[in-house]
Amino acid sequence: MKKIHYREWGIDSPRYWGLLAVLAAIVAVGGFATLYMEHEGHWVTGMTNQVVWGTPHVFAIFLIVAASGALNVASIGSVFGQKMYKPLARLSGLMAITLLVGGLIVLVLDLGQPTRLIVAMTTYNFKSIFAWNIYLYVGFLAIVAVYLFTMMERKANPYSHGVGVVAFVWRLALTTGTGSIFGFLVARQGYDAAIMAPMFIIMSFAYGLALYLLVLMFAFNTDERPLGDVLLRRLKNLLGVFVAAIFYFTLVYHLTNLYGTENHEFEAFILRDGGVYTWTFWLGWVLLGMLVPMGILFHPALGMQRGAIVIAALLVVIGGLSAIYVIVIGGQAFPLSMFPGYTVLESGYYDGVGGLARHYAPALPEVLLGLGGFALALLATFVAVRILQFLPASLADEVLDPHKAN
Amino acid sequence: MSQPTDQPSNTGRREFLAGATGVAAATVVAPGVFLQSVANAAPRDTAVSSDVRYGMLIDTSKCADGCNDCVTACDKENGLDMLVKPEGADDELWDMQRPRWIRTVKLRNNLTGHVSTLPMMCQHCEHPPCVDVCPTGASFRRADGIVMVDRHTCIGCRYCMMACPYNARSFIHEAVQFKLTATPRGKGCVESCNLCVQRRDNGGTTTACQDACKQGAIVFGDLKDPNSAVSQAMSKYPTVQIRADLKLNTGVRYTDV
Repeated sequence: MKKIHYREWGIDSPRYWGLLAVLAAIVAVGGFATLYMEHEGHWVTGMTNQVVWGTPHVFAIFLIVAASGALNVASIGSVFGQKMYKPLARLSGLMAITLLVGGLIVLVLDLGQPTRLIVAMTTYNFKSIFAWNIYLYVGFLAIVAVYLFTMMERKANPYSHGVGVVAFVWRLALTTGTGSIFGFLVARQGYDAAIMAPMFIIMSFAYGLALYLLVLMFAFNTDERPLGDVLLRRLKNLLGVFVAAIFYFTLVYHLTNLYGTENHEFEAFILRDGGVYTWTFWLGWVLLGMLVPMGILFHPALGMQRGAIVIAALLVVIGGLSAIYVIVIGGQAFPLSMFPGYTVLESGYYDGVGGLARHYAPALPEVLLGLGGFALALLATFVAVRILQFLPASLADEVLDPHKAN
Repeated sequence: MSQPTDQPSNTGRREFLAGATGVAAATVVAPGVFLQSVANAAPRDTAVSSDVRYGMLIDTSKCADGCNDCVTACDKENGLDMLVKPEGADDELWDMQRPRWIRTVKLRNNLTGHVSTLPMMCQHCEHPPCVDVCPTGASFRRADGIVMVDRHTCIGCRYCMMACPYNARSFIHEAVQFKLTATPRGKGCVESCNLCVQRRDNGGTTTACQDACKQGAIVFGDLKDPNSAVSQAMSKYPTVQIRADLKLNTGVRYTDV
C-alpha cells in the first residue's frame, strides 16, 4: 500500500456553507421543538402513561447503536489488521463520536427534567443498566477521542493498535448495555430476552456501516476524490453480511418467542394483528431493511453500481429506524400481561381492555427533535472533515494496492 | 437498590427546618390564621424503621362494580383532582396522559366467565423492578416497604414506567398549577401511589382509599405485626399476588380474584 495522504474536505465554499446552513436549520428546528416540549410538558407529544418512550427514543437509540457500529471500520483496520481499512479509520472514529453525541442529545432533551443531567452524572444506582450506560457512553467518547489522536498524531501511532483493542471491547460493552435496556425488562412480553444484547450488536454493525458508507461516498463524490471499486466492493459485501446477520437474529428472536406459549399473543401482535407495527415490521424491518438491500448488495450487476449501493445503504437505515420503532413502540403498545387467563373488560388506566393495543401516534415536535439529532451528527461530521485531516486524499485501487493488502 | 431511609442522615437539616417551621407556626399572619402547623411533626423525627412493612389486602369479592370511591379519594388526598387540563389538549389523548395512582379494573376469567372488579395501584414490591432500573436511585423503597419517587432526583427518564409490571406509575405531562403541601408534584417527574406516606409520617393509620371504601374491601396495615388487621385478615383467607411469577413479593395482596 502506498503512503496514504489525508486532506481536509475540499468541497467548494458555496456548497459547503449551503450544506451547513441546511443542517443547521434542521438542528434549529429540532431545538425549537425541544423548547416547546419542555416548556409545555410532554402532553404536546404523542407519549402517554402507557407508551412512555416515543419517537425521540427511536432516533436516539438508532443513533447510539449506529455510533458504536461506525467504529467497526476502524476496528477492522487496527484490531484485525486489515490494512485496506486503515485509511478509513479516521472517519470511522469521527462518526462514532458525532453519531453518539447526536443520539445522546436527543435522549437527554426528551427527559422530563433535562436540566437535571447533573443529577444523572453524580447520583448513581449501579443496579441500573441506565447508570452503567452513562459510564459506557462517556467512556466511549473519551476512548475514541484518544484512539483518533493515536491515529492522527504520528508519534502516537504505535499505540493505535492497543487503544483500538480497548475501543473495540468498549463498543461491544456499550451496545450490550443498550440492548440490555430492553433485555432486562422482565415485565414486558416483547422484551426480557437475552438475545436483545447480541441482536443490538449486530444491528449496530449494519446501521453504523450503512451511515459510514453514505457519508464516505457523499464526501468523496462531492470532492471528486477517487474511491476504488475494490474497496467499495469489500465494504458493500460487508454490509450485506451484517444485514444477513440481522436477518438471522430476527428469525431466532421470533422463533424462540413462538416456541413459548406465553409469547404467542405478543408474536401474533407483531407478526399479524398489530396494524401499524405489523406493517412496520414486515415492510420496514424485513422487506426494505433486509431483503431488498441484500438483494441489491449481493446481486452480481446491481451490487457494483454505486447508485444501487447508496440505495441499499439508505434502505438499511430506514430498516433500522423501522426495527427500533417496532421494538421500542411496538413493545410498549402491546398491553402488559398483568392478569394471565383473564380478559380485561374495563379499566380506568388503559390496561389493554379486550386485549387492545395501547395508543400512540408520534407528534410533530418529537419527529423534529429526532431529525435534529441526526442533523447535528452530520453537521459535526462535516465541520470536522473540513477543518481536520480525516479523509484520505485518494482511495483508488492502485493507492490501496489490494493485491498486496492483508 | 433501596435507599437506606432508616438512617438519620438529615437530622441536622430536619431539626433546623422543624425549628424554623415552629417559629413560623407561632407567627400569626392574620387573626386565627397560622402559616404552618407543626402539631404532628413529632413522628417525622423518628427514622423510618424496617420493623414494620406496610401493605394491603384487597377483598375483591367486596369490591363493588361501578364504584369509583377509592379513585376519587386518592385524587383528593394527593391533589390529583386539582389538575387542570392544558388548554388545547385533546380529550382522548389527555385522558391517557393524566396521572392515576389507583384505578379500578374489571376482569373476566376466560375459563369460568367469573367477573370481578378490583383496584390496581403500586403493589409496593419487596424487590421492585422500578427501583432496580432507576439510574439515579430516585425510585426507592423505604425501610417500611413503601415504594416511592424522590422528586428531587427524578430526571424524568421513565425507565421505571417501562419496568413496572403493573402500569402503576404516572408521568407528569403538564405544568402543575395547584398542589397540596403534603404532596409536592412537578412537571417532568414520575409519581405513583405511596400508601399515603404523608399520613404515615404524621402518625396516621389508614390510607385515603381504605377510608373511602364503604364495602370495606381494602384493609391496610403492618404486614409484620401479626395482630394488625391486615395480617389477621390475610391469615384467614387465601391471598394472591398479581404476577406472582415475577417473585416480587408484593405488599398488596388480593383475595377472590
